[in-house]
Amino acid sequence: MALDAATAPETPLADERPAIVLRAVTKRFPGMDHLAVDALSLEIPRGSIVALIGPSGCGKTTTLRMINRLIEPTSGSIEIEGEDVTRMPATELRRGIGYVIQQVGLFPHRTVSQNIATVPRTLGWEKARIRARIDELVELVGLDPAMLGRYPDELSGGQQQRVGVARALAADPPVLLMDEPFGAVDPIVRGRLQDELISLQRRVHKTIVIVTHDIDEAIKLADRVALLNVGGIVEQYAPPDEILAAPASEFVEQFVGDDRSSKRLTLARVADLPFSQGPVVDAGATLEEARAAMEAHRTDWVGLVDDGAFLGWVDGRELGPGDAPFDRPRERPAAQVHPESTLREAMEIIMTSSTSVAVIDDGGGFGGVVTLEGIRAALAEGVPERVA
Amino acid sequence: MISLLPLQTSEPLIRWNYIGDQWDDIQRKLIDHIELTLISVALGLILSTTLAAIALRYHWTSGPITTISAVIYTIPSVALFGILVPYTGLSKTPAVIALTGYTFLVLVTAIISGFRSVPRAVREAADGMGLSARRRVMSVELPLALPYIMTGIRVATVTTVGLVTVASIIGQGGLGDLILDGLRRTYWTPMIVGAVLSVALALVLDLGLWLLGRAITPWARRARVR
Repeated sequence: MALDAATAPETPLADERPAIVLRAVTKRFPGMDHLAVDALSLEIPRGSIVALIGPSGCGKTTTLRMINRLIEPTSGSIEIEGEDVTRMPATELRRGIGYVIQQVGLFPHRTVSQNIATVPRTLGWEKARIRARIDELVELVGLDPAMLGRYPDELSGGQQQRVGVARALAADPPVLLMDEPFGAVDPIVRGRLQDELISLQRRVHKTIVIVTHDIDEAIKLADRVALLNVGGIVEQYAPPDEILAAPASEFVEQFVGDDRSSKRLTLARVADLPFSQGPVVDAGATLEEARAAMEAHRTDWVGLVDDGAFLGWVDGRELGPGDAPFDRPRERPAAQVHPESTLREAMEIIMTSSTSVAVIDDGGGFGGVVTLEGIRAALAEGVPERVA
Repeated sequence: MISLLPLQTSEPLIRWNYIGDQWDDIQRKLIDHIELTLISVALGLILSTTLAAIALRYHWTSGPITTISAVIYTIPSVALFGILVPYTGLSKTPAVIALTGYTFLVLVTAIISGFRSVPRAVREAADGMGLSARRRVMSVELPLALPYIMTGIRVATVTTVGLVTVASIIGQGGLGDLILDGLRRTYWTPMIVGAVLSVALALVLDLGLWLLGRAITPWARRARVR
């Protein structure tokens, strides 16, 4: 991987038509003098996870429920895959959209497998096909097959939520709507379910819209975050890192909290940093060249590179007049990071190394160095290239 | 009142030969009793379902519907039978009308509570998955309301078995005839046979309905086992 200043990570969906488009969607509930959602426009890229987040009363759930028409918009239009959702009967529309809610809403009088089979049965699938699909889903969501014959009340909260996800995915809908799906389980289970959703998404590539009030959950799960203010006004719609790095308004800044920089460390990767050669010279460099490099980086160490491979660090204080840097004893770089390491991991490594610099090991080759200063600068500059 | 007490007469509480002698008559009255009970409860269930459906659909009607059912329930049965006879004549009709009316309060409130007990999230999930309203009601809400409805049916049935004995005063048969006959003639045996059979009938029907309710709501038993 070339470590270029303008590293543009893959955005394979950017040029495709968005899966869901909301155009000036407005909702006024009868008897309310203010709008629940005010002319909200949003494009949701296919195959991505978009989080709707905001304080209560911001209309995030209302917006979600307008997508599957559990709530009908007062005005504006919503398209899924280019088709206006009001064009078809609501029941038909909903059978093509997975729906997961916080309280799960499993049918208590139906067994787990009957619950999962709800939509396929409604669609008139054959028994054998339903059975095969259930087996597939049980594996996908990590459910013990022994649970299939049980009733929902015999399951733990985490298990119920897994069944809820399996039930929503049963007919393999391209779109999944999730309304605070992990809000009712304890933090440990929540973290695990979030991880499972991320790995599940890698396999199924659904277009997922998730409503949450938890900024950490949004940052962790979403490819893009839509931060809504009261009345369904989009304050900012951007990838999580951009929200953290460059809050569009004071409201966003307050909402994401004071620790947004440290939150960003877990999001950005070493490869996102501007390329930095660091105090590194060619193996054949002269003493003067080495001194110049150290001076430029205000460090006592100089690294030697030979034909793209990092040879090690030389202590600059031991370099006497006439010494060729190549002849001095070298220290192997203990601090090594990978381009895919998060900045938090890189920082951890730098803190414990003697050189205050981590060498990027790009599959055996020298990929540059990471310094605390570099990380700090990247956070201060804000936006790594890919989100600009 | 005092003169009715059996202790003041030489008549024994029960003459066993009466049961054998009058068996055909007793059996006919028992069947009449069951018939009147079942017709009234069935009719009550149909009408109560309609009333409850209206109350659930149009919220403002639920107050008036419950109130009217409660008012009917409070009319003394003897009086109600008496009021109806001039309009309907001495037939099964006034008995069935009155007995059906008495079931409304219990059944309507049971059905309403049953449907209101369905968790919001369950209803939302059903809608969210694209079940039609009809299918949601029939295959999700109704089953979940069943425990309440079955309890209502049991209470209504037991109450009706008791009230049918009163319907005898307008001459519509049933085990009440035996009781009235016994009272009139200070002949305790038919009174006791009538009363005991009436209680036994109530218990048997209650037990049967309880077993039926258990059989059709298997999830309710498993739920607590976790």
